[in-house]
Amino acid sequence: MADWFTAEEWTAIALSLKVAAWATLVSLPPGIAVAWLLARRPFPGRILLDGLVHLPLVLPPVVTGYILLILFGRQGPIGKLLAEIGIVLAFNWTGAVLACAVMAFPLLVRAIRLSLEAVDTRLEQAAGTLGAPPWAVFATVTLPLALPGVVAGAILCFAKALGEFGATITFVSNIPGVTQTLPSAIYSHLQVPGGDGPALRLTLVSAAIAIIALVASELLARRVRRRVEGTDA
Amino acid sequence: MLDLDLTYRRGDFTLAARFAAGPGLTAITGPSGAGKTTLLNLIAGLLRPHSGDIRLDGTALTDLPPHRRRIGYVFQEARLFPHLSVRQNLRYGRLFTHHPAPAPAPATLADITDLLDIGPLLDRRPRDLSGGEKQRVAIGRALLAAPRLILLDEPLAALDAARKAELLPYLARLHDQTRLPMLYVTHHPGELRGLAGGWLRVEGGMATPAPAPDQ
Repeated sequence: MADWFTAEEWTAIALSLKVAAWATLVSLPPGIAVAWLLARRPFPGRILLDGLVHLPLVLPPVVTGYILLILFGRQGPIGKLLAEIGIVLAFNWTGAVLACAVMAFPLLVRAIRLSLEAVDTRLEQAAGTLGAPPWAVFATVTLPLALPGVVAGAILCFAKALGEFGATITFVSNIPGVTQTLPSAIYSHLQVPGGDGPALRLTLVSAAIAIIALVASELLARRVRRRVEGTDA
Repeated sequence: MLDLDLTYRRGDFTLAARFAAGPGLTAITGPSGAGKTTLLNLIAGLLRPHSGDIRLDGTALTDLPPHRRRIGYVFQEARLFPHLSVRQNLRYGRLFTHHPAPAPAPATLADITDLLDIGPLLDRRPRDLSGGEKQRVAIGRALLAAPRLILLDEPLAALDAARKAELLPYLARLHDQTRLPMLYVTHHPGELRGLAGGWLRVEGGMATPAPAPDQ
């Protein structure tokens, strides 16, 4: 199987998986926090936050990538600060993580928010009367009951991050071995004569990974529904 | 001793409550929608009164959040945690309190399972319990959190006649063995004959002491 792909292609596949995994991991804590705010806390500016979270879904990816470059580039206001503590995002794989995380964030938040909204608040009240302070109610009742949705959201986030192209190539470019993910590698192959074959093989790899992730996500979503139906027990 | 003197308003609905309830069982009756559950929610801290005070054994509860009031609440629907076993449900309150249960209330898991006969259910999930079993577990769960007062909101309402008859002796045991003050909302005063030491009536926006109903 090792000789199905060139070394460069293996690197692209491995980098894609690494970037998508990190993008999912770093998005989860803020994703859960934002989903909880949107689901449970009416506050002024909630519509604004909701819009901001969904912005990457409607903006052209190249615009999101360019905004990231302006903010997090070496000369950008946030990029400069991060560079001082040794974190460089632009033209680095860590930048690809940021780009993928931002692009996948709306999907993650949406899935978690739906599952949080499905948790019966009467169970949370019961936990309170048993002596659990609000943080403990969240950790022992709300989050465990919403967990299938959190996992489903994480898988969707992973799949989206794996396929992210526009924002990533704009922000961190397409450097083989550094920032060249699967979609960027496919794009590169298509730019040279005779690249159709390799492009097709990588396309099949992308499709296979995405399908596996979506099926897993759907199976988990079914578990959420069953769990929600059991809550009035 | 629970001392209550408060008013609560929401929209057109008002509830004024003024009474004291001592040890033993105090039954709360009144027409549907009169505010009986609202009254319990105010005492538990799930709702905040518009004005007035709630005191339990001399300490003010009014500004305490529910988790710091040490008031057990048995809801109409048992509200067991579906993702936890019966044993984990029962122990839930012990995670957050170091208080022993006020004597002579049963204090350990073994005492509680004996009192309510729920030993054989410990490893089951709530969804595998009958309605009556769920309510017994819910009562046990509230007791293990070492409450100073127990609120019961029509715990028999969701049960058929046979299950009601099955649960009633446990309520009598709970009453006889714990000496905890209990407020018990019911539509069927007959259920509590011989148990209730005091009666409250919630009607027309007022919750006040009342004589025992005749029937």
